[in-house]
Amino acid sequence: MLDLKLYLLQRLSALVMAPLVLGHLAVIIVAVQNGLTSEEILSRTQGSFWWALLYGTFVVAVSVHAAIGLRVIVFETLKLKGFALNSLTWAIFLGLFFMGARAVWAVTAVGAT
Amino acid sequence: MLRKLIDSVGPQFEAFKSQDEGLGVTETDKNIDVSVWRGGPDGGSFQRFEVPKQDNQTILDVVAWIQQNDDPTLSYRFACRVGMCGSCAMMVNGNPRWTCRTHVNKVLKNDRLEIAPLRNLPVIKDLAADMDPFFDKWREAGGVFHPTKSRNDPVEEISPLEEERQNANAGIECINCGVCYAACDVVAGNPDYLGPAALNRAWTLLNDTRDCGSQSILAAVSRGGGCHNCHSMGNCAHLCPNELSPMTSIAGLKRVTALSFLRPGN
Repeated sequence: MLDLKLYLLQRLSALVMAPLVLGHLAVIIVAVQNGLTSEEILSRTQGSFWWALLYGTFVVAVSVHAAIGLRVIVFETLKLKGFALNSLTWAIFLGLFFMGARAVWAVTAVGAT
Repeated sequence: MLRKLIDSVGPQFEAFKSQDEGLGVTETDKNIDVSVWRGGPDGGSFQRFEVPKQDNQTILDVVAWIQQNDDPTLSYRFACRVGMCGSCAMMVNGNPRWTCRTHVNKVLKNDRLEIAPLRNLPVIKDLAADMDPFFDKWREAGGVFHPTKSRNDPVEEISPLEEERQNANAGIECINCGVCYAACDVVAGNPDYLGPAALNRAWTLLNDTRDCGSQSILAAVSRGGGCHNCHSMGNCAHLCPNELSPMTSIAGLKRVTALSFLRPGN
């Protein structure tokens, strides 16, 4: 079930994700083509504010977008409503955010791995 | 005077009648295998009938034949029979259609037909659906006109060239038959969703410069079951017998509500 605020949040998060997805694909292609090892990648990302900002933003946008999208699917197919639906939406958001933030931390924080 | 009128119209009527008989109901030797939904609010099942196939036969003709020749207890709804009133809409082979304007030849599959009451609405009996939820949502979406003038004021001049008027004109021919509502998979999944017809009405009213209720309309269509639930699947536009596009109207509502939220002054 969507109201105006959730609709806007989902559209805005999609707007943020679109260039980040393209950027992420470009990073994958460049990293693979040049034959970078994981050590070499980590040496460039750890301690980098910009890599942390790029992937940190990506994680927030994905968590918001996916949580709202799954909320709609769950509501329409399983007929979950009210408190249960809101709780599930928040749980999906927090779950995705936690996993994503952990990965960003591991790749960009100095001495994380 | 009356005599004169009868004398002048009589020959034309006879000519029209013979022409109509010549064009219309020629029976063929084939039968149609028709499954008709029978039951009430608590459920039901399909009942099969054999109906003689005729040239230029509509689905409404088939239903009427069953009631008049086979089972007089069959309930269904119709009024004008010419696509003006919108009361005879039913599910025909899985799609909602005006039965009076749907030729059997157009929808027949292997000489079989399946006729059921409109989807997404409670059933009263057999093929008659309860339209109350449909019209309740029409009002919930702010579809009642909010006048700016009284009957004592002069009639306002509206230019047909204005963008807003053209937006309103694009959706104004809706006759509330419920075909789009029955076609909508979002209504099927979300019973609170206002549906294509109610939102199309809200959009036409929002674009009517004589209406002063734009804020209440925007608030009504922005709630939990409002326009933002539309997945833009397009069944409403695909199946509307008047070839309207409620999906386009809903896209307009999404745009205006979003802009109104982001720029509250405008």
